[in-house]
Amino acid sequence: MEITDKLVAYVAELAHLKLGDEQKAQAASDLSRMIGYVDKLAQLDTEGVEPMSHAFPVTNVFREDEVRESMDRGLILKNAPASKEGCFLVPKTVE
Amino acid sequence: MEIFDLSALELGARIQSREIGVAEAARACLDRIAAVDKTVNAFITVTEREAMAQAEAVQRRIDSGELTHPLAGVPMAVKDLISTKGVPTTCASRMLENYVPVFDATVVGKLNAIGAVCLGKTNMDEFAMGSSTESSYFGVTRNPWDETRVPGGSSGGSAAAVAAREVFYALGSDTGGSIRQPASFCGVTGIKPTYGAVSRYGLLAYASSLDQIGPLTVDAADAAAVTRAIMGRDLYDSTSVDVPLPDMPQGDSLTGLRVGIPEDYFGEGLGEDVRARVLEMGRTLEALGAELVPVKMPMLDYAIPAYYVLACAEASSNLSRYDGVKYGFRPEKFEDLHDLYITARSEGFGAEVKRRIMLGAFALSSGYYDAYYNKALRVKALIKRAFDACFEQADVLLTPAAPTTAYKLGAHTDDPIQMYLGDIYTVSVNMAGLPGMVVPCGFDGDGLPVGAQLIGRAFGEQTLFAAAHAYQLHTDAHKRHPHFGKEG
Repeated sequence: MEITDKLVAYVAELAHLKLGDEQKAQAASDLSRMIGYVDKLAQLDTEGVEPMSHAFPVTNVFREDEVRESMDRGLILKNAPASKEGCFLVPKTVE
Repeated sequence: MEIFDLSALELGARIQSREIGVAEAARACLDRIAAVDKTVNAFITVTEREAMAQAEAVQRRIDSGELTHPLAGVPMAVKDLISTKGVPTTCASRMLENYVPVFDATVVGKLNAIGAVCLGKTNMDEFAMGSSTESSYFGVTRNPWDETRVPGGSSGGSAAAVAAREVFYALGSDTGGSIRQPASFCGVTGIKPTYGAVSRYGLLAYASSLDQIGPLTVDAADAAAVTRAIMGRDLYDSTSVDVPLPDMPQGDSLTGLRVGIPEDYFGEGLGEDVRARVLEMGRTLEALGAELVPVKMPMLDYAIPAYYVLACAEASSNLSRYDGVKYGFRPEKFEDLHDLYITARSEGFGAEVKRRIMLGAFALSSGYYDAYYNKALRVKALIKRAFDACFEQADVLLTPAAPTTAYKLGAHTDDPIQMYLGDIYTVSVNMAGLPGMVVPCGFDGDGLPVGAQLIGRAFGEQTLFAAAHAYQLHTDAHKRHPHFGKEG
């Protein structure tokens, strides 16, 4: 299939990635090759085959809703690029 | 006998008998790391101070009789995408360069409990996306057998660290071959256990329906011992299951074992030396009592395209959590919150990670979902069926681990599809959730190790360990390790 500039821009938007002009051209070429390659799957007849998410049957796993100790907030916030008063700090989101 | 000629279990026995001290073993490995890792670059982080403190604590618990596990006190390493409390866990990415987990992965906790002495965190392809350890933000790892060649990947640091005897075993992870292919390239033993056998709590996810943690080791007995130590159901990973532990392998009789040889795995594209060594291994297994049975695996050609659609789709979802807010890389300049997300990801991720996230986002996008993602899930079902049919005729399958031995650094960096094709023999095992083990089975004309893969039934680890152990009792490829200049 043809990989248009529009499709590259759309996929980059979905992926939350910003591409420069050179990277856009590279991404178009990469996507074109990779999609061209995986298009091989279309050759295989899968009529009547159910999509399989897990190799083994899995069911929901429930547990009792018991109160347990959580991780230390101060420790967790040490990994935050910015924090303030026990919260993650982000740029202003509402005007 | 030199300490580096021992396996992990042999060293553990000498530690229990007080012939070798825990600190002495750790010091020997740290000295070796200091001597060889400038070249090999198997480690992203070496935790010398913590390791020596841990060694002393473990020695005290051994001396008090509290610790009797056969691996207690043995120096080991952990791939840098498995969380270690207080020790950076980077995924070999700029995105997580400064990330320090506040908890241990379940596997790390289990190994701490049996007295493992962790010497550090090993190099890998960024976010485990690659087959050569060349996409690491922290530089390439070099193959200890030939420093101009790749160690394989993505667990290339773990494989190289064991091959160079910087540690006696290491944990890796395997989504499409990331334990088995580097084990093959570096001449060590490795196993990807059955999906669900080992908890992934604390493993930084790549493709959750395929990821599994497993060990890279000196031999099959070590692989069995480490696998037994890390297996089991975990409340924190709802895909983990409670199954009986595999027995430790004993003896060399394989009478009654049916070894399937899938002819499709020995077709075009397979290196001559690799084919010859793997088939020789088949004959050795036969001489030990096994019966060789030809089987068919017709889905092989579709495994790689289906794998890349599924793995990339899951990656695009899993990696959406990296946005520069709660942890990880945050750029200096951004306009608003949305721009912060996008800039953090665009500057924090490397080229291969972006390539896979883009393919995954495409495969999941409206209008293409059925043609790609759902189609790949149907192919996955067919692959599972094909394996089921093989296991009606055979108890274990013997195949090559990779089409070639270790290739030169840079050989495939401009051509992602060539790199992907190197995973042809391993990816379908992940899609079917089966256990896959790699054992060294000889060397090619350049003196590089060749690995053979044994594939088992779901939770059939014990059969793999038994076959590999019997083979290793009669061969010595697994005992050979590269020697470095003055260390030789």
